[in-house]
Amino acid sequence: MKKKLLHAFDWLLLLGSTLLVCTFLGIILWDIFSKGLPAISWDFLLQYPTDGMTQGGILPAVVGTVLLTFITTLFAVPFGVACAVYLNEYAKHSLFTNIIRASIRNLAGVPSIIYGLFGLALFVQAMKLGTSVLSAGLTLGLLSLPYIIITTEEALKRIPNSMREATLALGVTQFETIKDVILPKALPGILTGVILTLSRAAGETAPILFTGVAFYINGVSTSINQEFMALPYHLYMLSTQHYAIEQVRPLAYGTAVVLITLVFLLNIVAFIIRSKYRTQD
Amino acid sequence: MEEIKLSARNLNLFFGNKQILKNLSIDFPKNQVTSLIGPSGCGKSTLLRSFNRMHDLSPDARIEGKLKMDEMDLYNKANSVTEIRKRIGMVFQKPNPLPKSIFENLSYALHIHNFPKAEIPGLIENALKESFLWDEVKEELKKPAVKLSGGQQQRLCIARTVVLRPEVILMDEPCSALDPISTRKIEDLILKLKKDYTIIIVTHNMQQAQRISDKVAFMYLGELIEFDSCENIFSNPKQELTKEYIGGHFG
Repeated sequence: MKKKLLHAFDWLLLLGSTLLVCTFLGIILWDIFSKGLPAISWDFLLQYPTDGMTQGGILPAVVGTVLLTFITTLFAVPFGVACAVYLNEYAKHSLFTNIIRASIRNLAGVPSIIYGLFGLALFVQAMKLGTSVLSAGLTLGLLSLPYIIITTEEALKRIPNSMREATLALGVTQFETIKDVILPKALPGILTGVILTLSRAAGETAPILFTGVAFYINGVSTSINQEFMALPYHLYMLSTQHYAIEQVRPLAYGTAVVLITLVFLLNIVAFIIRSKYRTQD
Repeated sequence: MEEIKLSARNLNLFFGNKQILKNLSIDFPKNQVTSLIGPSGCGKSTLLRSFNRMHDLSPDARIEGKLKMDEMDLYNKANSVTEIRKRIGMVFQKPNPLPKSIFENLSYALHIHNFPKAEIPGLIENALKESFLWDEVKEELKKPAVKLSGGQQQRLCIARTVVLRPEVILMDEPCSALDPISTRKIEDLILKLKKDYTIIIVTHNMQQAQRISDKVAFMYLGELIEFDSCENIFSNPKQELTKEYIGGHFG
């Protein structure tokens, strides 16, 4: 009887912790959505900010964030996947490759503001790309690389060796095996990791702060060497830097809703891919 | 005198510091089924996999000695690994169909090896017939191969190997994951295939070895203990160890 009670207590403790976490999440979402949803309208999504950003919409910030994420993807995904393939399929387990692996894991823990400063030094100044959506995209790409490498490597590790032996034993080269069998089979896992990483990158503020994000531009960024507006920075600016913070608060909440929804949508896509993958096995 | 297809001379194989095969010499006759038997860990699979150079991928594997197919030195740098693996096919313990359709499982390697496109459907039909699978799958060649039963998958893997017209087929316990009926079908298939191919099979099943082999090699702790015709090994083994093993006293 006593033992049973003890078990019940353990169970309550675990359940309580879970509920506590969910409660906080719920409060955050409720707070943002209840205050932000009234601000959302087609005009809000499709218009430029007007009247010193106290009126109008967030179109340039939405376009800027999408463009930025696109550049990040173009840069980080090919290099990240190639690196993971090399580490998992070709590299021998030596001291050297172990150092590479450890470095990549450490890079994933580097604070994002450091990436911002590094991007400023490398892309903006040394490579003379200026403060631009390209510089910012490349910086976010650097930030995303370690995550993409790690998740891709995990996806590749889950492919059983028998799959590799199957084609190798038919006289297929290792490269063809990877290209035609291993990567397609690992694709759902890779995509999940890529999407989750990008959804994180899309919400980053620090790395783009010095590398290209603008307080305000009058027009949608159309060229990759222009400065741009981005949702997270727009939110930061509306809530801390604006001259009439109280007045623009609904706009700030509206921006938060749009950013969160964007990230959620990406996460849902990742979730769908993952659950499809699971039923296949 | 029977013709020798595959041979190993003074083969030593190490994984790191551990020696798996010890000064092993053996000749496999052409168009016959040779079974490799012996307790787990005696090096049967390791020996099998050294012929199609599957150890190339293990960085800590080291091989000494001569391995030959006909007069070709299998480890001579001038010979391409992919060509060797095309000529020495392999079937694994667990069926490992590619995550593609039945048709693509067979066509994939044909494309890689540049077989003329027009011939591919015919080659595939032949290989599936040869592997006793055609009647079961001819209506649904586009179906994913993983949807087949375990026995069908294994016959598909054999078809995938024979479609390339190899000279030798290595089989690493091809029936150990299958039920008795599927096992029966694979055994019939092996007996039929030996007309055209030299077959070497690793098996833990003594009845199976007796049913299908022309010759049997008994290995123990990385050494070849006895190599003789199937009758001699099972009815009149010369070595005490062989007698004990096939009598079920250890292993």
